[in-house]
Amino acid sequence: MLRYTLLRVLGAIPTLLLVIVLAFLMVHAAPGGPFDDERALPADVEANIARAYHLDEPLPKQLMRYLAGLVRGDLGPSYRYRDYTVSELIGAAFPLSLQLGAMAMLLAVVVGVSAGTVAALKQDTYLDRLVMALSLTGISIPVFVFAPVLVLLLAVKLQWLPAGWSSTTGASRLLLPVVTLALPQIAYIARLTRASMIDVLSRDFIRTARAQGLGTATVVRLHALKPAMLPVLSYMGPAIAAILTGSVVVEEIFGIPGLGQFFVRGALNRDYTLVLGIVVFYATLIVSLNLIVDVLYGAIDPRVRYR
Amino acid sequence: MKSLRMLLLFFLLSVGAVYSCSNDAPESGVVLQRGLPTDPESLDPHKARSTQAAEVLRDLGEGLLAYSPTGELVPAAAEHWEVSADGLNYTFRLRAEARWSNGDPVTAEHFVFGLRRLVTPATGAFYANMLAAVVNAPEIVSGKVSPEMLGVEAPDAQTLIIRLARPTPYLLSLLTHPSTFPLPPSLVEKHGDGFARPGKLLSNGAYVLKAWVPGSVLALRRNEHYWNNAQTALDGVNYHVVVQDAAELNRYRAGELHVTSTVPPDNFAELKTQFGTELHVARYLGIYYYGFNLSRPPFKDNPELRQALSMAVDREQLAAKVTGRGEAPAFSWVPPGVASYEPTLLSFALLSRDERETLARRLYKEAGYSEARPLRIELRYNTSDTNKKIAVAIQSMWREVLGVQTTLINEEFQVLLANMRDAEVTQVFRSSWMGDYNDAYTFLSVLQAGSAANMPRYANDEYESLLQRAANQLDAGRRRLYLEEAERVMLADHPVIPLYFYVSKHLVSPMVGGWGDNVLDYHYSQHLSLSATE
Repeated sequence: MLRYTLLRVLGAIPTLLLVIVLAFLMVHAAPGGPFDDERALPADVEANIARAYHLDEPLPKQLMRYLAGLVRGDLGPSYRYRDYTVSELIGAAFPLSLQLGAMAMLLAVVVGVSAGTVAALKQDTYLDRLVMALSLTGISIPVFVFAPVLVLLLAVKLQWLPAGWSSTTGASRLLLPVVTLALPQIAYIARLTRASMIDVLSRDFIRTARAQGLGTATVVRLHALKPAMLPVLSYMGPAIAAILTGSVVVEEIFGIPGLGQFFVRGALNRDYTLVLGIVVFYATLIVSLNLIVDVLYGAIDPRVRYR
Repeated sequence: MKSLRMLLLFFLLSVGAVYSCSNDAPESGVVLQRGLPTDPESLDPHKARSTQAAEVLRDLGEGLLAYSPTGELVPAAAEHWEVSADGLNYTFRLRAEARWSNGDPVTAEHFVFGLRRLVTPATGAFYANMLAAVVNAPEIVSGKVSPEMLGVEAPDAQTLIIRLARPTPYLLSLLTHPSTFPLPPSLVEKHGDGFARPGKLLSNGAYVLKAWVPGSVLALRRNEHYWNNAQTALDGVNYHVVVQDAAELNRYRAGELHVTSTVPPDNFAELKTQFGTELHVARYLGIYYYGFNLSRPPFKDNPELRQALSMAVDREQLAAKVTGRGEAPAFSWVPPGVASYEPTLLSFALLSRDERETLARRLYKEAGYSEARPLRIELRYNTSDTNKKIAVAIQSMWREVLGVQTTLINEEFQVLLANMRDAEVTQVFRSSWMGDYNDAYTFLSVLQAGSAANMPRYANDEYESLLQRAANQLDAGRRRLYLEEAERVMLADHPVIPLYFYVSKHLVSPMVGGWGDNVLDYHYSQHLSLSATE
């Protein structure tokens, strides 16, 4: 088990390095720089600024400088939020994105698995078709359509919930963003669970359990749920990462200062250090998540360990 | 059920994180909620650049002068001043009662320190050229001379002397800009460049920075030590960073914002009916224009063709139907409303639409183009719905009137900027210019040969010499004549197609008092008040 884990970890490091170098090159390849603007600057002033931010150095030197900083844990200053370092921005934004993501994921799993299970148990009935239709809608309608609609209805017309993140400090401001973020995932997970549950429920050991006289609820809870969850578990790794990155739209609509927002703004502002910092962060996160899923698989399914 | 337990743990952690996260300022007193389109890049007055940074900085700091709600220059940190007969020496008498937010007095030395830091190359200040007329300023910026040689002196704590290399009639309006605000040396010594943070930043203005969540909100609270604190009605201001204007409108409707920074471009007529007097639309010092690339064919050395294209655009139609938000069609380069200036109009401004089109066709033909041999050009603009609508409208105007075949190219903002600066692929491009200060020169200087903002690459000796003469002119009336003549000369060359002048648009709640529409769109929070809350 230890050897398995260690090998996985060591394999991740060159991946990360490659991602960082590629991202650095791509970010600098985009036309325009962090300080370009229609309010063009006189040559002297521009030269001073370039020097102050080391942008006048040749690219390989800038890359080395950045990597050296990374090793020290220094992600550099943001070129756009000039009073903050990238570490500070990520440090403030990530917990927020994590909160939202975690709550959305939890909501998605609980509601999705329940809905999928119910649909599987009541296969081919109206309930099943309803659940599947709703989930298809949830997948098809883009977030940036139903989120503003929800805001208009619940925040502006009915004023039950705040329209913006910064308008209040209470937990009520979490409700709409979390639900909006969770909806597509609920849809996916419901469908996934339904298919997987139908497959598991048709297996021999389930028939045995029913034959022994166990009720449906018990059978599902004790025997069917765990094997049915395997595909859902595989989906979790990429799903969590997708929620974190896909939360950009939600963050923008609700004005939440999360990582997704900073990433997009950073790209548009050519804020090299911020974009690179977030890429490093996300890359590390995704690699770690996949690592965790691998390890979990190894823990759950012994066959994997001895491959 | 290991996975369930893990999920439960996850949930508990996140719930715990929710309730432990407290990043907002206390809401006591009367607090105004304002919208801001993006975060300020910095609250260090020398590292800041955008109009929204300036907006917040004007609440935190105070320069020698400021503007009243109706846009008049008024004394601020300076009580009164004298100008020498040759216009080269300004002596300011500072208010003795002015204080920083920690109680220390504001002295002339703080202004000297601030201005020196502005021009020091290592600071990398964006507005380093704001006071280019000050003795030795350009030399310091280019690194030839040390910052101590700057022509500013503080003979005593209450007196500041600024010496200029050439008379600058609009100097006083420059001194309202945040880049000229004072800074105490102790602040930079103590915190280095990271002093612009809540808890560290010192204010000599009406408010103090209490909290800042980047991407979310800036919380400002009353500066008890401000010399004019007794006149400040609002106890605090919260600037909410709302990037999407549709989201900002929703928040205004929900009563969460008292003032919005803008209004979504669509459904303007509907908004007008719905909000009535809450919608404030005012003239703004900004122009939206198309520029020609004068360094390459077909527009190089071809003023007739340029004029033809300029005449074929129906600006009235554009402003009324395509943008429809109260913008004024532009027949000059300098917007109306600029202090002591009457913009010169394009030669064809007074012709009727038919006359313009006939003349345009004639010029088009004289330039060598016809139906058999139409002009094929590319029009570049940066991604935005408004830009697209306008480009499509003008493309069809050019086709109908002249038979020009225009290819529309939509580029991301930074890409377009790079292309405009290189001037290799551009032919016609969309651009805009916002004035830095309330004087015609901020617009006319754009098209000077050496200006980095001169995207068309316009160069005309007569234009340069007229501007030079205006710069050396002490008499305001004479100066104005030179500037107006320069504008006439430039417009006759048609390096640009002025399209419309911007307007500032805000939704202002009826609970807000003291709001004054002005051409600079400055709305100092210390002038505002909030009547009975809900």
